[in-house]
Amino acid sequence: MESLQKKVVFDGEAASMMMKELRGSFGSGKTRSYEWRVSQVKALLKMVTDNEKQIIDALLSDLAKPPLETVVYEIGMFKNSCEVILKELKQWMKPEKVKTSISTFPSSAEIVPEPLGVVLVISAWNYPILLSLDPVVGAIAAGNAVVLKPSEIAPATSSLMAKLLAEYMDNSCVRVVEGAVDETTALLDQKWDKIFYTGNGRVGRIVMAAAAKHLTPVVLELGGKCPAVVDSDVNLQVAARRLISGKWGLNNGQACVSPDYVITTKDFAPKLVDSLKTELENFFGKNPLESKDISRIVNHNHFARVAKLLDDEKVSDKIIHGGEKDESKLRISPTLLLDVPHDSLIMGEEIFGPLLPIITVNKLEESFDLINSRTKPLAAYIFTNNKKLKEQFVKNVSAGGMLVNDIALHLIVPTLPFGGVGDSGTGSYHGRFSFEAFTHKKAVLYRGFGGDASLRYPPYTETKQRVMKALVSGGILSIIAALLGWSSKA
Amino acid sequence: MEINGEFLEESVRELRQYFRSGSTRSVTWRKNQLTALLDLVHKNEDAISESLYQDLGKHPVEAFRDEIGAIGKSATYSLSCVEKWMAPKKSDIPLLFFPAKGEVLAEALGVVLIFSSWNFPIMLALDPLIGAIAAGNVVVIKPSEQAPACSSFLANTIPRYLDSNAIRVIEGGAAVSQQLLLQKWDKIFFTGSPRVARFVMSAAAKNLTPVTLELGGKCPAILDSLTNPSDFKLAVKRIVGGKWGPCSGQACIGIDYVLVEEKVSSHLVELLKKIVRRFYGDNPLESKVISRIVNKQNFTRLCNLLKDPLVAASIVHGGSVEEKHLFIEPTILLDPPLDADVMTEEIFGPLLPIITVNKIGESIEFINSRPKPLAIYAFTKDETLKRRILTETSSGSVTFNDTMVQFLCDTLPFGGVGQSGFGRYHGKYSFDTFSHEKAVMHRSLCLEIEPRYPPWSKFKLEFLRLAYKLNYFGLLLHILGLKRYK
Repeated sequence: MESLQKKVVFDGEAASMMMKELRGSFGSGKTRSYEWRVSQVKALLKMVTDNEKQIIDALLSDLAKPPLETVVYEIGMFKNSCEVILKELKQWMKPEKVKTSISTFPSSAEIVPEPLGVVLVISAWNYPILLSLDPVVGAIAAGNAVVLKPSEIAPATSSLMAKLLAEYMDNSCVRVVEGAVDETTALLDQKWDKIFYTGNGRVGRIVMAAAAKHLTPVVLELGGKCPAVVDSDVNLQVAARRLISGKWGLNNGQACVSPDYVITTKDFAPKLVDSLKTELENFFGKNPLESKDISRIVNHNHFARVAKLLDDEKVSDKIIHGGEKDESKLRISPTLLLDVPHDSLIMGEEIFGPLLPIITVNKLEESFDLINSRTKPLAAYIFTNNKKLKEQFVKNVSAGGMLVNDIALHLIVPTLPFGGVGDSGTGSYHGRFSFEAFTHKKAVLYRGFGGDASLRYPPYTETKQRVMKALVSGGILSIIAALLGWSSKA
Repeated sequence: MEINGEFLEESVRELRQYFRSGSTRSVTWRKNQLTALLDLVHKNEDAISESLYQDLGKHPVEAFRDEIGAIGKSATYSLSCVEKWMAPKKSDIPLLFFPAKGEVLAEALGVVLIFSSWNFPIMLALDPLIGAIAAGNVVVIKPSEQAPACSSFLANTIPRYLDSNAIRVIEGGAAVSQQLLLQKWDKIFFTGSPRVARFVMSAAAKNLTPVTLELGGKCPAILDSLTNPSDFKLAVKRIVGGKWGPCSGQACIGIDYVLVEEKVSSHLVELLKKIVRRFYGDNPLESKVISRIVNKQNFTRLCNLLKDPLVAASIVHGGSVEEKHLFIEPTILLDPPLDADVMTEEIFGPLLPIITVNKIGESIEFINSRPKPLAIYAFTKDETLKRRILTETSSGSVTFNDTMVQFLCDTLPFGGVGQSGFGRYHGKYSFDTFSHEKAVMHRSLCLEIEPRYPPWSKFKLEFLRLAYKLNYFGLLLHILGLKRYK
């Protein structure tokens, strides 16, 4: 029997229809209840716990991601997010009472959090589980209906998530749309109440331009060249290990918060390089192209892109470690480069791969100008025990977030907002910030029927004017003075 | 001096350089500027009033209440709080990362652009400016050309009081705005209409510039049947004040229309007429208490709203217009057709439609079937209705039993949602809107957690699993070899 597999095309019409259904669901009010939100968060928790093996396999397929990285960074971090929500959601949902001033006396005021409505989450390929589910759980915690568009560049994870979310979640309010440019365009044509995008600046601009048509607010989690400044007064072994685990230990450098390049002094560079070489071998063995403890490059496009950075004739004589490539396996070995020219390709774009340029300066303070002369990165790192240098770094360098003496850990702390600035993005999330990213904080003022001042209304007399001035300025003494007929004007 | 692309590029370059010098970051600079701004406002009250009268026919009391006084209050409040706002906020770090320290630092964004609107031309230029200064930025203000006297006032006066290296006023119309939008800004703050907002946000998207959009919408006032007649009267007084008081209805949070139960509508109309007469006299044009319409274009737009025969038929008070003075008297409409322009667009003028419903609860559906407004006003003592309004409608803000005053509350965020905009300001929210909240975590290089590093093993995996759960006891057992694997 012939069976016709008709490919369901997700076009503008399909997007419209889906939007209509989701608006209906949101309009019914079901996503607002604490119970619904908690049930969905618990469902997500159960989903990743029950399907850990499948998730590990999908990430092995998409990125050759070591199971430990998957368990710790993708599943572990996501589960943490869920736990934080379950613990604190009730508190977050409560209206916040605020003080009112004498200008509006008698009155009381509060700020009431409310869901935005129907939101779109577009995620990335490098941490395809975490970067999909973390924003999604934030949207759900805030009481929204949500559509997830996973990255097609991680296809096994994309289809796994589509399958699992359909199975575990309330489909009337949570949907997954798979696909590439066409499907994303169809989605972006719709009117969303918020769009949360993780990815690169080029597409970020397209997303924001599409959002502008509907005046939709956006969160853009982008990237940039995250610098790591290394001082000579540090415990070199610890610093080198943290650099390595933050670079090659995070999806082989394909992470928005990986240190993109290192800045250190000319004097210290040889010692740092030696330490890095030693620890790289400790971590990944003598043959890192074969190591199972490191992800591969995601696909041929990115392989070609990263290879090109190495093939640039401006840097060919600057490679001091690694540089081996195996296209069939989509692997490039951990590579160190020393003092590449500032106008080389590798210093012109975010590397997002296993190459680490080391730039040397005479004095570390020079690194601040170097960093500030580029677009603002998502994260900036410094390894030093010099208190003054730390303070100057934090004060003078602008970045989404900063970490002193370690790499990337600030992502795991739910009390710190995670987001960019300038070219590295706008908005933030994690912990309570995820809830707030998908919430409208509605200002509410309560007044009564007593205490109306006729001075508010015309006809305006001299007295009214005087008292009005005093009231608006808010000082109790001037109000009394005005009422007693004394002018506050000199 | 021609304001062309080159001039603007050069200006932005100079501003950026000044920002990079770090001068605007010091708390002294910020406080000096805020103090200078207060000085500017106090010493030029008459000039400001005069400009507002020229541009909009605003009465000096209205000018003070809505613009001069409000700015003074805002600047004073920011001056007293800026140091506190600048202080880093500590964040708790889980024990797992001991020793570690976390904090969030407010950092200036850099070079910001403020577009202000014509209806509160002083307030809507200077209030965002206060936030931008408090947060340590350099600023360009582009006042609305539709309020030319105020625009001139700002362009001439600001350089005399504030640091011109950091704060500039650029005057002009659409062409200048377009040129400004070609530059790269670190933030754009826009107050105005949704149509222009789309344009601004699209331009901002090219540079990934974050924006705050303060727009408008049809702000409804729900008037419940209040059993106490003096309460009802008070409510109506406040509605009148909230409609024609602020710039003759040309206000983003002004009341656009009223929803009331059919059975009290005629009483409402009677009261409205009485109070309008009492406030504005028998000849509102002569009494000079109400602002005029800003310009011919808006005047014509509003007249056209009344030309629809079904709308004209619904006029129960007012309706007369005086083209020479761009004046339209307070006009009340009773149940105009819902598909007429007057009920589908933001009125932004002195026409007040009264929409009757059978039961007041129907107001909620009525409001929800329209775009989310900047404010919802509700006059009611019914706690159930209040709760329903709060939970079933969405708007920038909700005010119970009054109008407009939420604007004076520095502790409440002022901003929209949906079509009424996004982002917010006033008080600390102004400071936040022009800041980047930078997360900073400090760790130490001693006390290392070995299982962080490859090569990976089952031990390390289990360790990290437990670490993630912040299961310190389990971790301890694991390290001591006492934990059993599943």
